[in-house]
Amino acid sequence: MYESLWVMIIHSVLLALAALTGFAYLTLMERKILARMQHRVGPNKAGPRGFLQPLADAVKLMFKEDIMPADADRWVYTLAPILATIPAVIIFAVIPLGKDFVFFGERVTLTFANIDIGLLYLLAVTSIGVYGITLAGWASNNKYSMLGGVRSAAQMISYELAFGLTVLVPVMLTAWHNPSGDGLGSLNLTTMVDAQAGTYLGFIPRWFIFTPTGWLAFIVFLIAATAEVTRAPFDLVEAEQELVGGYATEYSSMKFALFFMAEYMKLIAMSALAATFFLGGWRFPGLENIGGNWGALISFIVMLVKIIFFLFLSIWVRATFPRIRYDRLMDFGWKRLLPVSLATMAATAVFVVLVDQL
Amino acid sequence: MLSTYAFIGIFTVAAITFPLLPLIISAIIRPNRPSEVKLSTYECGLEAIGEIWVQFKVQYYLYALAFVIFDIETVFLYPWAVAYGQLGLFALIEMGIFLMILTVGLVYAWKKGALEWI
Repeated sequence: MYESLWVMIIHSVLLALAALTGFAYLTLMERKILARMQHRVGPNKAGPRGFLQPLADAVKLMFKEDIMPADADRWVYTLAPILATIPAVIIFAVIPLGKDFVFFGERVTLTFANIDIGLLYLLAVTSIGVYGITLAGWASNNKYSMLGGVRSAAQMISYELAFGLTVLVPVMLTAWHNPSGDGLGSLNLTTMVDAQAGTYLGFIPRWFIFTPTGWLAFIVFLIAATAEVTRAPFDLVEAEQELVGGYATEYSSMKFALFFMAEYMKLIAMSALAATFFLGGWRFPGLENIGGNWGALISFIVMLVKIIFFLFLSIWVRATFPRIRYDRLMDFGWKRLLPVSLATMAATAVFVVLVDQL
Repeated sequence: MLSTYAFIGIFTVAAITFPLLPLIISAIIRPNRPSEVKLSTYECGLEAIGEIWVQFKVQYYLYALAFVIFDIETVFLYPWAVAYGQLGLFALIEMGIFLMILTVGLVYAWKKGALEWI
C-alpha cells in the first residue's frame, strides 16, 4: 500500500536502479569467479580489484558505433532489445525482498507490489520475455540469428511447462502451511514467504525445500529456470561455437548491452524466485522476528545472501558443465523434466491430502 | 488494493524508460560512419547466400501445439492448487483423472514422434 503517487514513483525508480546495479555487479562477479575457476585473475585494472569494470564497460558500449545491417527489418530490429529488457525488469515488482523500513515516519517497503495474483503475473511476464529474443533473431536477417531465435522460442516454451508445473508445488504447500489456518493456497508471494515461517523440531526451518516433495520440485525448478534464462549449459540460443552469437550476432553497441542486461536480470529474478519459493524468501529462523529497521535490514541481507548463493551456483554450473546438444535439450525438457514435474506435483497433492487425513 | 496495481503500472513505465534512456544517450554520443561492407549481413566473411525468411518445417510447430495444450492444463491447475487444502480427497481424485487424460495425450504425442527434434 502506498500513500501517494510520489512514494510510488520513488519506489519504482529505486527498484529499477537496484536491479541495474545488481546486473552491473553480477557481470563483474561472474567474470571474477569464472576467472578464478579457470586459474585466471579476471578484470583487475579498472579501479581497486576491478571494481569499476562494469562502469567502464557501460561507458565503452555507449560510445561504440551501432551497426544495423542493411537487410534487417529496421523497426523490429530496434524494438527487439527493448522488448527483451522490459519483462526482465518488471518481474522484480512482485518479489518480496524483505520487511518494511520506517524512516522519519515514512514507510519504505521492500514488498513492492503485494498482489494476490503474483504468481500468474510472474508466469505471464516470463512468457513475454521470449518475444524479444525471437524477434531479434528474425529481424536481423542473418542465418545465425534466425537459428538462435528459432531455438530460443522452442527452448523457452518447452521449459516453461516444467517451470509452471513445479511452481504449483509451493502453492499447494502454502495451502498446507497457511498461517491463517484456512487451508487455502495462495498465488501471493508474500503469503508463500509467511507460510515458511518457523521451524520443525526447533532447528529445521519450515522452508518448502525441507518438505518430502519440495526438494524434488526445487531441483526441477532450478533446471527449468536455468533453461528459461538460457544460461549454460542450456545456452544453445547464443552458442558461440556453432551460432557465432546466436540472436545477438548482428547487434552492437547499446542494443547488444540491452540483451545482456535482460539475460542477467532474469537470472537475478530467477534466483530471487528460487529463494522465495523454496528457501523461505527473506526468512531465517531466529532472525525473522526482529522488529524495527534493524529487523528489516537483516531480512533484506538474508534475502541478498540467498540470491547471491543461487547466482554463485549458476556461475559454478557454467564453469563446470559443457553445453548439451539441441535435440537432447528438447528431449530432456519434454521427455524427462515434464513427466518428473507432473509426478512431483501429483506426489505433493497426495502428500497434502495424507497429512490432512492423519 | 488499487495502489499496488498502480505501482506495477508506474514500474512498467519506469521499465520502459529504462532501456530507452541509454539507447537515446548512446545515439547522441556514438560515432556513425556506415559503409557498404560494414552494413552487409555477417556470414563468415562470405557473401550471404539465399533467403532467411523462409517457411519452416511443420515439425517445429508441433512443439508449439503441444505447448499450448499443456500450458492450458497448467492454467487449469492453478485455481485447483489454491483451493486444494480445502477440497481434500475429492479434488485429488478428480485432478488425478484430469492429469491421466493429459498424460495419455503426452504419451500419444511421444509415440507419434511429435517430440522428435529434426
